[in-house]
Amino acid sequence: MRYRRRKGISRIVNPLNAAVLGVSIFVLLPIYWLVASSFKTSVNIGASPPQYFPDPISFTNYSTAFVHYGFGRYFLNSVVVTVFATLLVLGIGSLAGYAMGRLPMRGKAPMLVTLLVISVFPEIAVVSPLYLLMRDLGWLGSYQALIIPYTAFNLPFAIWILRNYFMVIPKEMEETSRIDGATTMRTFWSVILPQALPGLFTAGVFTFTACWTEFLMALTFDNTNSFRTIPVGIALFGSPNVIPYGTIFAASVVAVVPVGILVLVFRKFVVSGLTAGAVKG
Amino acid sequence: MASILLEKVGKVYPNGYRAVENLDLEIAEGEFLVLVGPSGCGKTTVLRMIAGLEEISTGDLKIGGAVVNDLEPKDRDVAMVFQNYALYPHMTVAENIGFALKLRKLPKEEVRRKVEEAAEILGLSEWLDRKPKQLSGGQRQRVAMGRAIVRSPKAFLMDEPLSNLDAKLRVKMRSEVRRIQERLGVATVYVTHDQVEAMTMGDRVAVMRDGVLQQCDTPQQLYDHPVNQFVGAFIGSPAMNLYEAKLGPDATVISLGSQTLRIPESTFARRPALRGFAGRMVTVGIRPEDLSVAIPGGPTDGSLITEVQLLEALGSEMMVHFSIDANLVTEEAAAEEEEDILVHKGEGVARVAPDLTVRTGETLMLQVAMERIHFFDPETTWAIW
Repeated sequence: MRYRRRKGISRIVNPLNAAVLGVSIFVLLPIYWLVASSFKTSVNIGASPPQYFPDPISFTNYSTAFVHYGFGRYFLNSVVVTVFATLLVLGIGSLAGYAMGRLPMRGKAPMLVTLLVISVFPEIAVVSPLYLLMRDLGWLGSYQALIIPYTAFNLPFAIWILRNYFMVIPKEMEETSRIDGATTMRTFWSVILPQALPGLFTAGVFTFTACWTEFLMALTFDNTNSFRTIPVGIALFGSPNVIPYGTIFAASVVAVVPVGILVLVFRKFVVSGLTAGAVKG
Repeated sequence: MASILLEKVGKVYPNGYRAVENLDLEIAEGEFLVLVGPSGCGKTTVLRMIAGLEEISTGDLKIGGAVVNDLEPKDRDVAMVFQNYALYPHMTVAENIGFALKLRKLPKEEVRRKVEEAAEILGLSEWLDRKPKQLSGGQRQRVAMGRAIVRSPKAFLMDEPLSNLDAKLRVKMRSEVRRIQERLGVATVYVTHDQVEAMTMGDRVAVMRDGVLQQCDTPQQLYDHPVNQFVGAFIGSPAMNLYEAKLGPDATVISLGSQTLRIPESTFARRPALRGFAGRMVTVGIRPEDLSVAIPGGPTDGSLITEVQLLEALGSEMMVHFSIDANLVTEEAAAEEEEDILVHKGEGVARVAPDLTVRTGETLMLQVAMERIHFFDPETTWAIW
């Protein structure tokens, strides 16, 4: 098929552009509505006809979230839990992925299949037994009650991603490094890991997002309130009689920011990380 | 600097496959030894055993007099250049070259000095801050060389280091690699499947086949006195023409199909065993360059009447593909992948001067340099001396 250059008005107004515009609106409108509403007064949020732009612009929702509801504490909890879990996943996952992808080992295939099965296992099925375990360990209402299960749940996927990444690194890299005089760990650290950075970023972003947004375990394993993470905190805003929409919107905006930044910064790596191994070279 | 000695070295893989058998080989200090053979002949395995990347199943490997069979690669003090260079993509040229020194915990200042020295030798000085990705194929190859020479190792091991380069650059890098090796005077084992590379680069060339060393000698000796049919056919391009032939009852003449060639007395002085084959079948090997266009009316007792099948004019010379009615002996293992496709059954090749006026389908009388033809025992394929 020959490519025909569009002329005149159809260069701008054509089905392709319309489709892109439609999809963009579909995706961006809810986010815009979230951000816009967070700056509205509580009266204007439910106004009819709806207010398309906040007027007056109010920061009350933000101050309420942080001052009245102690959202800062939830944010800190989320940061602690997510960062530790992500670091653990990347640390263990890269070593395991390297072993799975590169080292001569018996039973690799069944292990990989098991990992895959675990990674699609529904969370809800294990929450009850895990609750009992956490209770007996005396871990209810602690950071480790979330960090350890988050690590466990996100490891399989991370191992898969990293393994695929390690597999396409030429074998000669390790051999050259061995001849150059590096130990296995040094080779892994100085030669292999830097080449798998995109994979590391990908696994990191996915783990971070998953931990950041996790709700069920965060709700179940916390019996105190002092270890609430953002999703649980937001869900429990207000009282049975009052749902403070504005505050929820404001807190949600703050919650989305770190994930947004992360994805924007690492988007190049994430895309290449997901396609690694799909095409040789 | 040191010599490398392989004594009865063998490699058997866990599945029972014998990649290398009973290999005896000595590479002297400063010597450039080329290991050559068709793919799967075990030459790379030998190199990897010397490097320590592959375990030695039997025999001893000595570097500088000491047995190193059980030493880790890093403790053998050898440097290796890989076919795909295996440059660290996230490091600059300088970091790539200096990595081994950094691991040895040399002071920064000294690492920098040595890296600059190596870069100077290789003409890489202005590229030291580049990443491998930004370099051309030839430059990458030189970085790989740089990584090897900066350590001043006891030996260089090179695994087809030029085969990723285009033809022109490869020819240039051949002499470059040789120049560097001669300057540093380090024992070098160089693996290639390209016999031209082997012939032009090696002080000595070791020809391998199916894990067994066939012959190890200077390039000229290999060319002039191949020990068997395989070496004869593998060394030289285009390959040696091999025919079934019958020696006359008194061994003075030899018949190729319906034609007869007279064997000069001098041949028996060099190959006394040939008399023992009187009246028997032998394999005759004639190199394309030992055939020339016969002068009309000249002596006919050393010439063959042939039918021209194809002419390849190369400018400086011409390849004449011809056929005679003798049976061709094929040495398939020695055939380089695509090169010999044009040669069909009963055909041969002659390398002659380019001013030939003959055309395809015509008859051409070719003079054989009788004192230079080779004789092989058809049963054992070994040369008849």
